[in-house]
Amino acid sequence: METDYKSLKEGGFMRQVQKNNFSARIKVVGGRLTAEQLVAISAIARKYGAGHVHLTSRQSVEIPFVKLKDVPAVRADLEAGGLKSSVCGPRVRTVTACQGSEICPSGCIDTYPLALAISERYFGRQLVHKFKFGVTGCMNNCLKAEENDMGIKGGYIVEWLPEQCNLCGVCIKACREGALAQTDSEVLIDQEKCNNCGRCVKACPFDAWHGEAGYILSFGGIFGNRIAVGQQLLPIISDEQTLFRVADAVLAFFDEHAEACERFRSAIDRVGWDVFQAAVEGAYHGR
Amino acid sequence: MADRVEFAIDETVDITDVVCPVTFVKAKVALEELDAGQILAIRLSDGEPVVNVPRSLKDEGHQVLKLADNCDGTYTLLVRRMEED
Ligand code: SF4
Ligand code: SF4
Ligand code: SF4
Repeated sequence: METDYKSLKEGGFMRQVQKNNFSARIKVVGGRLTAEQLVAISAIARKYGAGHVHLTSRQSVEIPFVKLKDVPAVRADLEAGGLKSSVCGPRVRTVTACQGSEICPSGCIDTYPLALAISERYFGRQLVHKFKFGVTGCMNNCLKAEENDMGIKGGYIVEWLPEQCNLCGVCIKACREGALAQTDSEVLIDQEKCNNCGRCVKACPFDAWHGEAGYILSFGGIFGNRIAVGQQLLPIISDEQTLFRVADAVLAFFDEHAEACERFRSAIDRVGWDVFQAAVEGAYHGR
Repeated sequence: MADRVEFAIDETVDITDVVCPVTFVKAKVALEELDAGQILAIRLSDGEPVVNVPRSLKDEGHQVLKLADNCDGTYTLLVRRMEED
């Protein structure tokens, strides 16, 4: 029998060193699985695998040692357990996320619904090469936004509320950018230095800072054979509509400009960062 | 700006001898030994503790009243113990 490795791979079954064994890659969005899904995974790993799973570096789960003949049965059991196979190859991959503001006290944005929305819109979309999105809730960057082709980091656009402030000085200490200074009667902010980290908002014990949540985007991160940090090219974005307009433009740029087998970062490098910047700025301004 | 008023302190705790995350735990335990409405004075160090502890206690539902710089690398934080909800 001729084995169609390509379709196997698209369906998330990765060929192993051991002949006729495949590692079943399961789709996980934002690193979240329900307790029921975990039970289903456990059952499949016992029945068709070797009784263990592998947690991937991108928050997915793989069940190794699935036999070729069992692939259809595993697919069926996955579906029955409310799970799907993940993807591999030249397309939009698993969208990763930290726990964000729903759970983490440092979080500025609710990462999971955003990861779901991104996944809903782009997951599996065919491109010239793989493309990774990652969502991290704040400047602490637990999810390492800049490693991704497009990273999204939560931040705050901050505003000082004089009526609430008792000039305790905590925010001045919390700010790591040196953007804040205090006089006898007020707190002064240097907008040039502010990087929207939101630490002043989080630290103030008197609710004297208002923080409007926003997205800080980075582009062209790559952390495999080649290592390069994603670049921030736009100001913080405060609405999801603009975020998706920019993301659409980014993938369109990749579709339009990339040569065969070229990663996004290499495509930007070759075409020119000025050209790419003009494209994302256009989308940012709604052009 | 909030009015500067004096508060009557019921109890004092020094958390300058511990490090994160025990700073918060020690302050929280001391606070919970008080009755609702009583005021705790917490002596805490500059740096991490002063940035994190006041807000954490506020997030626990207690009322932060005042933070004073002792000008010796420590601060005194006054917190009113609130009822559990
Ligand atoms: S990146 Fe921020 S919000 Fe996300 S887990 Fe880390 S500290 Fe929490
Ligand atoms: S932390 Fe809050 S209350 Fe203290 S100085 Fe800053 S804004 Fe004012
Ligand atoms: S958001 Fe961050 S950088 Fe900006 S003023 Fe507040 S603490 Fe400083």
